[in-house]
Amino acid sequence: MASLNLLVLVCIGYVALLFIVAFAADRAAARGRSTWLRSPLIYTLSLSIYCTAWTFYGAVGYAARSGLEFVTIYLGPTLVMVGWWWGLRKLVRIGRSQRVTSIADLISSRYGKSNTLAIGVTVLAVIAVTPYISLQLQSITLSFAIFAAADPLAAPWQESSVFWVAAGLAVFAILFGTRNLDANERHHGVVTAIALEAVVKLVALLAVGIFVVWGVAGGVSDTLARIDASDIGQWRVDAERWAMITFLAAAAFVCLPRMFQVMIVENDDERHLRTAAWAFPLYLLLMSLFVVPIAVVGLDLLPPGSNPDLFVLSLPLSQGREGLAMLSFLGGFSSATSMVIVAAMALSTMVSNHIVMPIWLSLRVDGASQSGDVRQVVLLARRVSIGGIMLLGVIYFRLSGGGAALAAIGLIAFVGIAQILPVLLGGLFWRGSTRMGALAGLSVGFAVWLYALLLPGIGGSLMSEQLMSQGPFGLSWLRPYALFNIDGLDPIVHSGLWSLSLNTLAFVAVSLVTFPGPVERLQGAQFVNVFDHSAGPRGWTGSVAQSEDLMVMTQRILGAADARALFQAEAALQGGHGHLPDPTPRFLERLERKLAGSVGAATAHAMIGQIVGGSAVSVQDLMAVADESAQMLEYSSRLEAQSAELTRTAGKLREANEKLTQISLQKDGFLSQVSHELRTPMTSIRAFSEILRDTADLNPDEKRRYATIIHDEALRLTRLLDDLLDLSVLESGQVHLNSRLARLDEVLDHALASALAGYDHPLRVHRDAAGERVMLNSDIDRLAQVFINLIANAQKYCDAADPELRIKIEHAPDGLHVEFHDNGGGIPEGAQAMVFEKFARVSSEKAGGAGLGLAICREIMERLGGDIAYLSGRPGAVFRVTLPVRATTEALLQQA
Amino acid sequence: MGRHVLLIEDEPNIIEAMRFLLVRDGWTVDTHSDGTDAVDVARAAQPDLVVLDMMLPGKSGMDILRELREIAEFANLPVLMLTARGQSRDREMAEKAGVSRFMTKPFSNAEVLTAVRDLVAQASR
Repeated sequence: MASLNLLVLVCIGYVALLFIVAFAADRAAARGRSTWLRSPLIYTLSLSIYCTAWTFYGAVGYAARSGLEFVTIYLGPTLVMVGWWWGLRKLVRIGRSQRVTSIADLISSRYGKSNTLAIGVTVLAVIAVTPYISLQLQSITLSFAIFAAADPLAAPWQESSVFWVAAGLAVFAILFGTRNLDANERHHGVVTAIALEAVVKLVALLAVGIFVVWGVAGGVSDTLARIDASDIGQWRVDAERWAMITFLAAAAFVCLPRMFQVMIVENDDERHLRTAAWAFPLYLLLMSLFVVPIAVVGLDLLPPGSNPDLFVLSLPLSQGREGLAMLSFLGGFSSATSMVIVAAMALSTMVSNHIVMPIWLSLRVDGASQSGDVRQVVLLARRVSIGGIMLLGVIYFRLSGGGAALAAIGLIAFVGIAQILPVLLGGLFWRGSTRMGALAGLSVGFAVWLYALLLPGIGGSLMSEQLMSQGPFGLSWLRPYALFNIDGLDPIVHSGLWSLSLNTLAFVAVSLVTFPGPVERLQGAQFVNVFDHSAGPRGWTGSVAQSEDLMVMTQRILGAADARALFQAEAALQGGHGHLPDPTPRFLERLERKLAGSVGAATAHAMIGQIVGGSAVSVQDLMAVADESAQMLEYSSRLEAQSAELTRTAGKLREANEKLTQISLQKDGFLSQVSHELRTPMTSIRAFSEILRDTADLNPDEKRRYATIIHDEALRLTRLLDDLLDLSVLESGQVHLNSRLARLDEVLDHALASALAGYDHPLRVHRDAAGERVMLNSDIDRLAQVFINLIANAQKYCDAADPELRIKIEHAPDGLHVEFHDNGGGIPEGAQAMVFEKFARVSSEKAGGAGLGLAICREIMERLGGDIAYLSGRPGAVFRVTLPVRATTEALLQQA
Repeated sequence: MGRHVLLIEDEPNIIEAMRFLLVRDGWTVDTHSDGTDAVDVARAAQPDLVVLDMMLPGKSGMDILRELREIAEFANLPVLMLTARGQSRDREMAEKAGVSRFMTKPFSNAEVLTAVRDLVAQASR
C-alpha cells in the first residue's frame, strides 16, 4: 500500500507539472505563438471542468445507489451543446461585445449596469458554489483516507485533513488564478493546464474502466451479464427526477460561474463552439462509458458497506494495482483541483469586482486615480476572496458532517445556481424584462432554495426537527420539504420546482409592471439583437455595395488623392480594370480599418454599414459613435486649451511687436538725431565756404578764422562718423576683443596723455600710485578708450575754477573699481539716468562731441564683462569703471 | 519797413555765419541761444522777422512758433524756420503751426537772404 507521504509527493509533483504547463502557455501566448492554444480542442477540453470530482468519483456512487439516473448529469450539458449551441453563441457574442468578465457582470450589464443585481448574483453564486467546493474537499479527503487507511502515520493527520486540503487548494488557486495582474485578459495558462487535467482524468477513468471490464470482470460479455444481474440493469426511471435533474444540469452548465468563465469569458473564437458541440458530448460519453461496469463490479467484489463513491479507487487497490490506483487518484485530484481553481477564480473576480471594489472606491474620496494602487487592491481582494470561499467550503463540510453522498451535494448546488437561468434567458430573449423583475426573481428563487433545500441539507443544527415536520409557527404549508402542502416529492425536485417557478413568476410579473430605464432599454436591445448589431466573425458581405458610393465617402474622409490611390491599388490587386475595385468583404474590411484611422472604428463601421446596406445603423453603432463623439469632445477641449495657448502666444507676439515698434521708433529717433548731428557741422561748412567764395572783401583774419571753422567742423563730422561706426560694431556684438596683459598705471598714463593733449590748461590730476600697481588682462586699447573718454569729459565739462580730477582705485568683491571724480558741479539729478544714452548731451555747451562717447563706453564695458556707472550724491561728477575679477586676479598672480 | 532780425539758434558757428550774412545785407541782428525764454526775448526785441532753429535747448522751435502765433502782435510776424532734422513730418507740423518759410540745413546763403528779404517785404505790404 502506497504511503501517504508518497501520495503527497505525487500530488506536489503533479501540481508542479501543471504550473510548468500553465507558465509555458502564458509565455507562448505572450510571444504571440499561441495558435495551438486557441484551438477548438483546448476549448473543448477546458469545458470538461464541468466534470468535477463529483463526476469522477460520484457518478459511480450515483450509479451504485440510483442506477442509471447519473446519466442525467451528462444529459443536461449534452442537450445544451447539441440543441442550444446557438444560444451559447449568442452568449459568447454578447460576452465579447460587452467585455463581460463574469456571469454577474453579464446580468448586471444587461439590466442597466445595476450593481445591486451584480451583488445579488455574486452572493447567490458564492452560496450555491460553496457546497460544490465542499464536495471537492470531501472527495479529496475521502481518497486520501482510502490510501491512508493502512498507514498508521496518517492517523493524526486525518483529523485536520479537510482544512489542509482546503488550504492547499486555496494556495493553488491563488497562484494560478491571480498570478496575472490583469484579470480581464484571458488566462491561456490556466486554460491549458485545465485541458491537461481533462486529459488526465479521462485517461484515468478509462484506464480503470478497461481494467475493470477486461482485467476483473473478464470481458465485455461477462460484464454485461453482471450488469443484467444487478439492480442497475433494471431500468427504473423516476420521470420527475430525470426531467428535473436533466434540466438542472443543463441550467448549471450555462450558469455556473466556472462554466461561464471557460465557455464565455475565455472563449477566443465563437466558431470553437461548433467543434465543442460534438466533441464535448463525446468527452462526456467517454467519461460515462465505464461508470456502470465499475459500479456493478464494485458492488459485486467489494465488501458490503464500502463507499461506492470511492469504487474508482478502491477497486484497483483491492486488486493490488497500486499504480492504477495512483493514476485514478490523480484523475480525481485533477477533477477537484481544476474545478476549484476555476470556480475560485470566477467567484473571486465577481466578489472583487462587484463587492470589494465598489466599497473600496466609495471609501476613498479621491477615487481610483492611482491605477497601480487599484491593481494591488484588486489582486488582494481576489486573493482574500479565494481564501474566504475555500473557508466557506470547509465550514459547510463541517456543518453537513461530511457524510452526504457526493451527488446529493452537487445537486443542491445545481438548484441554487439554476436560479440565475430565468434572469439570464429573459435578458437574452425578452426585451421587456427589467432590472426590478430580475431582482425580484433572483430574490424569490434564492430564498426558496435556501429555505427548501440548502438549510435543511446542512442538518438539524440549523433547522429544527419541529420546523421540518410542522412548518414554522405551525404553518404546515410552509414545511421546507412540502411547500404549499405538496407532499411526497423528492427534495431536489420539490425545491427545484418551487424555486424556479416562483422565481420565473416573480421575474415576469415584476418586469411587466415596471419600466426599464434608458440604459436598460439600450442594453436590452443590444443583448436581444446582438447578431444584428455586432460585426459577425466574417465581417462584411458587400454584395449590394456600391463601389462608387464608397469611393465618394472615402474621398470625403481621406481626400481625393488618397482615396483614388487606395481604390486603384485595390482594383489592381483584384486584377480588374478601371479604378473601382469590387466590394469584396476583404476590401471592405481593409477600407473600414483605413477609415477608422481617421474617424474612429465605430463611425467607420456605421458609415460603411450604411452604404453596404447589410444592416441598418444599430443602437450599438450609435452608442459607439456617441462614445467617439465624447472623445471628439475631449479632443476639442484639448484644442480649446491649445487655442488658449495660441492666444497667449499671440499676446507674447503682440508684446514683441510693440517692443519692435518701439525699437523702430527709437531707430527713427536715432536716425533723426544722426541727421541733425551730421547736418549741423555741414551747415557751418557750407555757409562759411560760400562766404569765402562769394565775399571778395574779406580781410585775412576773417579768411583764416572761417577756414579754421570749416576745418574744425570737418573734423567733428569725421569723429561723429567714427563714433557711429564704433557704436554700431559694439552694439552688433561683432567686436573682436584683443586681450593682453598691461599694468593699470601705464594704461592710465597713456589715457591721460591722449585725453589732455592740446589743452593749454589741463585739469590737475590726482592719482593713487599704490592702487594702480595692478596687472590687467583685458582688451587694453578698448579700456584706454573708456578712460580717455572719461578724462576728456572731465576736462570739457568740469566747471570748477580750478578743475581737478581724482583717480581712485578700489578692490571690491565684484572686481576692480577705477573712479574718476572731478570737482565740478556734476550732472544734474534729472539727467543722470540718461547720460549713457546716445546723443544725450546734458550740457548746452558745445563741447565738440556728438553725444555718443558715454554710450560707447557703456558698450565697451559690457563687452569686457565689467560695468560703468555714474555715482550720484557726491560733490562733483563721479564715474566708476568696474573691471571684472577675472581681468585682474589672474594678473595679480602673474605679478607675484 | 524795419530791418530787424531776431536769430534764435544754439550752434555758435551757424550764428556767426548768419550774422555775417545778414549784417552785410543791412539787417540788424539780435541772437538768442536758449529756447526757454525765446518768446519773451522776441516780445522785447520786436523784430521784423524771426529766424528760428527747430532743435533748441529748453524748448523746441515748434513750440516757440505756436506760442508766438498765439500772441496777437506776432500773428503775422514772418518766421523763417531752419531745421537739421530733415523730416517731412516736421515741415507739415510747422506749416500747420503757421510758419512763414521752412528751410532744411545745410542751406545756401543766397536762398536764406532771399527768403528773409521776401518775407519782410510781404509782411510790410
